[in-house]
Amino acid sequence: MKTTPSASSLMSRENLYFLVLAALLLLVFPVLLDAFRLNLVGKYLTYAFVAVGLVLCWGKGGILSLGQGVFFGLGGYCMAMFLKLEASSPEATASQSTPGIPDFMDWNQVTELPWFWQPFHSFSFTLIAVVMVPVILAFIIGVAMFKRRVGGVYFAIITQAIAAILTILIIGQQGFTGGANGITDLRTLMGWDIRGNEAKTVLYFVTSGLLLACVLLARHVLGSKLGRILVAMRDQEDRVRFSGYDVASFKVFVFCLAAALSGIGGALFTLQVGFMSPSFVGIVPSIEMVIFCAVGGRHSLLGAVYGALLVNAAKTGFSESFPELWLYAMGALFIAVVLAFPNGIAGLYQRYLMPLEKKILGGLGKAANTPPTAAARRMEETP
Amino acid sequence: MFADYSMPELMSIFAMQGFAGLSLFSIFVLMALGLAIIFGQMGVINMAHGEFMILGAYTTYLTAGLFETVMPGLYGIYFFVAMFLAFIASALLGMLVEWLMIRHLYHRPLDTLLATWGLSLILQQAYRSVFGAREVGVSLPDWMMGSIAVTDLVEIPINGLIVMVLTLVIATLVYLLMFRSGWGRQVRAVVQNRPMAEAVGIDTGKVDRITFALGCGIAGVAGAAFTMIGSTGPTSGQLYIVDTFLVVVFGGAQSLLGTIASAFTISQAQSTMEFFLSGSMAKVLTLLVVVGILMLRPQGLFALKVRR
Repeated sequence: MKTTPSASSLMSRENLYFLVLAALLLLVFPVLLDAFRLNLVGKYLTYAFVAVGLVLCWGKGGILSLGQGVFFGLGGYCMAMFLKLEASSPEATASQSTPGIPDFMDWNQVTELPWFWQPFHSFSFTLIAVVMVPVILAFIIGVAMFKRRVGGVYFAIITQAIAAILTILIIGQQGFTGGANGITDLRTLMGWDIRGNEAKTVLYFVTSGLLLACVLLARHVLGSKLGRILVAMRDQEDRVRFSGYDVASFKVFVFCLAAALSGIGGALFTLQVGFMSPSFVGIVPSIEMVIFCAVGGRHSLLGAVYGALLVNAAKTGFSESFPELWLYAMGALFIAVVLAFPNGIAGLYQRYLMPLEKKILGGLGKAANTPPTAAARRMEETP
Repeated sequence: MFADYSMPELMSIFAMQGFAGLSLFSIFVLMALGLAIIFGQMGVINMAHGEFMILGAYTTYLTAGLFETVMPGLYGIYFFVAMFLAFIASALLGMLVEWLMIRHLYHRPLDTLLATWGLSLILQQAYRSVFGAREVGVSLPDWMMGSIAVTDLVEIPINGLIVMVLTLVIATLVYLLMFRSGWGRQVRAVVQNRPMAEAVGIDTGKVDRITFALGCGIAGVAGAAFTMIGSTGPTSGQLYIVDTFLVVVFGGAQSLLGTIASAFTISQAQSTMEFFLSGSMAKVLTLLVVVGILMLRPQGLFALKVRR
C-alpha cells in the first residue's frame, strides 16, 4: 500500500525533497564545513548507502538483515586490498624479508601473496569485486534461506551469526587479513595520493554523487512494479505467493541489491578513512546500521540518508564531549525509535511538518484527501 | 591433525576437552533455557539476555564480597545464596522491562530486537559506571577448588562438575514447570492462541510478565554459574548472545530438549576442535556448520510438529 495522494503532486514533492538533499550535500556542506568536518560527513554518507539498502530490504521488503556490516566490510576490504597492494610495491617494502607483500603478512611470516590477493592488483577487477563479492555472498545466503521460506526473526539471527563468523575469521587469520588492526596505511589510488585534504574533498563529492545516484536507483526500483510486489510481500506474503509470484526470487533480488549498495559504501569508506578493520564488520556495527535506517524512517529512502547523518553526527559529538553518556544516549535512541516513533524522522516529518508545509504552500497538496496521520498510522501497523 | 597423537593420548584429550566443553555446555544451556522460553515460547528476541546474565554474575560477585567481609565462616555456602539472589535480581529487572517495554511490542518481533539491543547498551554502560570497566572475579570456596583425577591423564575440575549438576537440576525444574504444571499449561496456551487463552479466562498479561521474568531469572542463574568458570566484565554477556541464539534456533525454537541437545553438540564440537585448531578457527568452523545445517534444515534439530 503506497500512500499516494495523487501521483503527479507526489512526484513533484519527492523530486523537491531529493533536490533539497542534493543541494545540502553538494552545496551547503562543502561551503559551510572545513576539510576535516567535510571528510567526517563523507564518512557518514558511506553508512547512508547501507541505510538506503536497508530501506529497500527491511522497510519495503520486510527482510531484517543484521549482517549488513558483512557486505559493507567485504566491499571495504576489497578496496583496501587493492590499495594495500599498491602501497606495498617492492621498492616501498624493500626492508621486509619478503619485499612486495603487505607489511602485516611479512610480520606474520607469510612469504607469498595468497591466491585470493592476486587479482586485486587490477583496479577494474577491484571495482567489480566491490559490488560482486557482497552480491555473490548475499545471493548464496538469500537462495539458501528464502527458497526454504526462512524469514523474519530466523533470517535476522542467521545473518547476525554470519557477521560474527566473518569477524572472528578476519581477526583469526591475521597473516592474510591484517587481523584486528585491519588493513592500514593505505596511501595512493592509481598513483593519486588519497591522504591529502584536496583528495578527501574530491572523494566527498564522489561519495555524494554516487549516493544520490543510488537513491535515484532505489527510487526507480520502488516505483516500478517490483517495488509494489515488495511491499505486498511484506504485508501479505502468502497472498502474493498464491497470486503466482515467485516470492523467494524477489527477496533474493532485493537482498542482493542491498548488499551491493553496502559494498559500494564500504569501498568509499575505505577510500575516505584510509583503513579498513573488522570493527566495521561485526555484530555491533551491523546493528548500528539498522538503527541509522530506523531513525531516518525505515520506509523512506531520503530519511535513511538523514538518519545516517544525524545518528553519526550525534555519535561523534557525544563521544567527543560526554564519552560516558554516549551508550546511554544510543540505547535510549534505540528504545525511543521503536516505542515512540517507529517511522523515524520521515514519519515525524510526515505527521507534524507536512500539514504545516501544506498550509504554507497552499494548494500544492489539495489533491491529497488522506490526512498524513492516517497514512502514518497505516504504516505503523505493518510489522 | 590426529596423526601426531597416540591412541590413549587422543582418548584422554577427548575426555579432557569434553569436560572443558561441559562447562561451556552448562552456560549455554542455562542461557539458552531462558532464551528458549522468551524467544521460543513468547517470540520476543531478547538481545539483552547476555546483560541479564551479567547482572546475575555481578549479584554473585557482590554476595561473595558480602560473605567475605560479614560472615567469612559461612563462605562455603555463599554460592547457593548468590544463585538465589541472582535469580531474583534478574527476574525483577526482567519484570520491569517487560512492563515498560516488551508488552508494547508483542506484535512486532523484529522491533523487540532493536529495543532490547538498546536496553543492552544501557545496561552495559550502567555496569561500567557502577562496577568499572575492569573484569571482576570471585574466589571459590575451598571445597569447590581442585580436581578429581580419574586416570593419570584425565582430571576433572570440581567447580565444573558442580556447575553441570546445577544445570541439570535447573533444566529438569524448567521442564517440570513448563510441561507438568498448571502455570506451564497456561504459558503454552497463550503462546499457541492468545485470543482463545484470554477467552477461557487466562490473564495473558500476567502470564507474559511472569514468563519473561522467569526467562531472565534463569539467565541470572547462568550468570552465577558463569562466575565459577570465568571473570565478569560489562561486555562479557555480549560475547555469548549470538552463540545462545544459535543454540536455541539450532535446537528448534520451541523444544526444550532440542535446546539442551544443541547446546551439547555446539559446546562439545567447539571445545574438542579448540585443542587441534586455534580457538578462533574452532569457533568459526562450529558456527559455519551450524549455519550451514540451519540453511538446510531451518526448523532446527527438534521441531515440534504443530498444525497451524
